[in-house]
Amino acid sequence: MIEKLEPLVNDNPTIVRWGRGMNETFMVELGSEQYLFKVSDGKLAVEKGPFVMRSWRFAIRAKAQCWEKFWQNPPAPGWHDLFALLRRGDVKFEGDQRVLMAYLLYIKLVLAAPRQA
Amino acid sequence: MKLEPIVGRYAHIGEQRVYFEEAGRGIPLVCLHTAGSDGRQYRAVLNDASITQHFRVITFDMPWHGKSSPPAGWEKADYRLTTGAYTGIIMEFIREMGLERPVVMGCSIGGRIVLDLALKHARELRALIGLQSGAFVERYYDAAWLDHPEVHGGRACGAVAYGLMSPLSPEKERWETVWHYMQGGPGVFTGDLYFYQVEGDIRSRIGAIDTSICPLYLLTGEYDYSASPRDTEAVAARVKGAKMTVMKGLGHFPMSEDPEAFLGYLRPVLEEIRRA
Repeated sequence: MIEKLEPLVNDNPTIVRWGRGMNETFMVELGSEQYLFKVSDGKLAVEKGPFVMRSWRFAIRAKAQCWEKFWQNPPAPGWHDLFALLRRGDVKFEGDQRVLMAYLLYIKLVLAAPRQA
Repeated sequence: MKLEPIVGRYAHIGEQRVYFEEAGRGIPLVCLHTAGSDGRQYRAVLNDASITQHFRVITFDMPWHGKSSPPAGWEKADYRLTTGAYTGIIMEFIREMGLERPVVMGCSIGGRIVLDLALKHARELRALIGLQSGAFVERYYDAAWLDHPEVHGGRACGAVAYGLMSPLSPEKERWETVWHYMQGGPGVFTGDLYFYQVEGDIRSRIGAIDTSICPLYLLTGEYDYSASPRDTEAVAARVKGAKMTVMKGLGHFPMSEDPEAFLGYLRPVLEEIRRA
């Protein structure tokens, strides 16, 4: 799913708009699989790990099965939003929470974009 | 041009300048908006002729919200909603407006406060409708980030509200709902969440609600993870006679995110109240 993500974000002006002004790198983990999401003014570039000593501003970690349920279209109740996973206790945020919250709408839209594949 | 039947006015309730909207005539139905939003959430209820032919639908913006003013001196201290202040302004509004035994319907924080109204003011009310009612929600994120100088409050509040809705609700109405959240004043959503996530824990008291005095209806959207169907079931299990319905395909803002689907659930409840 993540492999197909770049065009789903970059060709969608609505999503890019909400990332305008964001120039950050964050980590997304699907179980043991690591991906670095590099955002340049709303445009996304994804790099697949594993990584050694790479820097990121914040990390979003969940089990692979959890992301699979999150990416169902339509997702089931309780699996439909990043904060829904947070309330379940199925996702963990680490690092700079301030940046995560500042771009929360963009991050939610980016992470939900695989549903459109 | 189409003119809606909704009329908006300002009322002075004690020291507060409060904005309200109304439409229809008949049994008063007071509608309470969610945390960090305002009465526009009830636009479809106010515009529904099948409801307004029997009900005088009224929604007011809580002080600090929508077009209601914050109190004088608001700049000096953080806003924090409490159970006492919330129930106080609702009952003051009802009395000042001369509403006789109204139905009160509230969503989210409003769905919580109707439980307090059921305990303290049952004899003054005809019926209560809790939308997305839960007796308490443990904190699962830090609402302080919604009021931080380095986080745009409108964007962050909008992002929180966005996710609480159902992915099946129409895009137009979902983004309208987000817009209301993006327009809230700094710290207002956070101040409401103080009631919702800290002060307003009503779990130990709801067993004393007597639905034979004032009926209690609980309608909860299945996609809500803040006040989930499970949270409402826990309330219904403790309150004898409470009538609970899970609303399929709806989320935390049923009246605003998918008005048509919501009205399908609301109309039979209002009909039952009217015929009682």
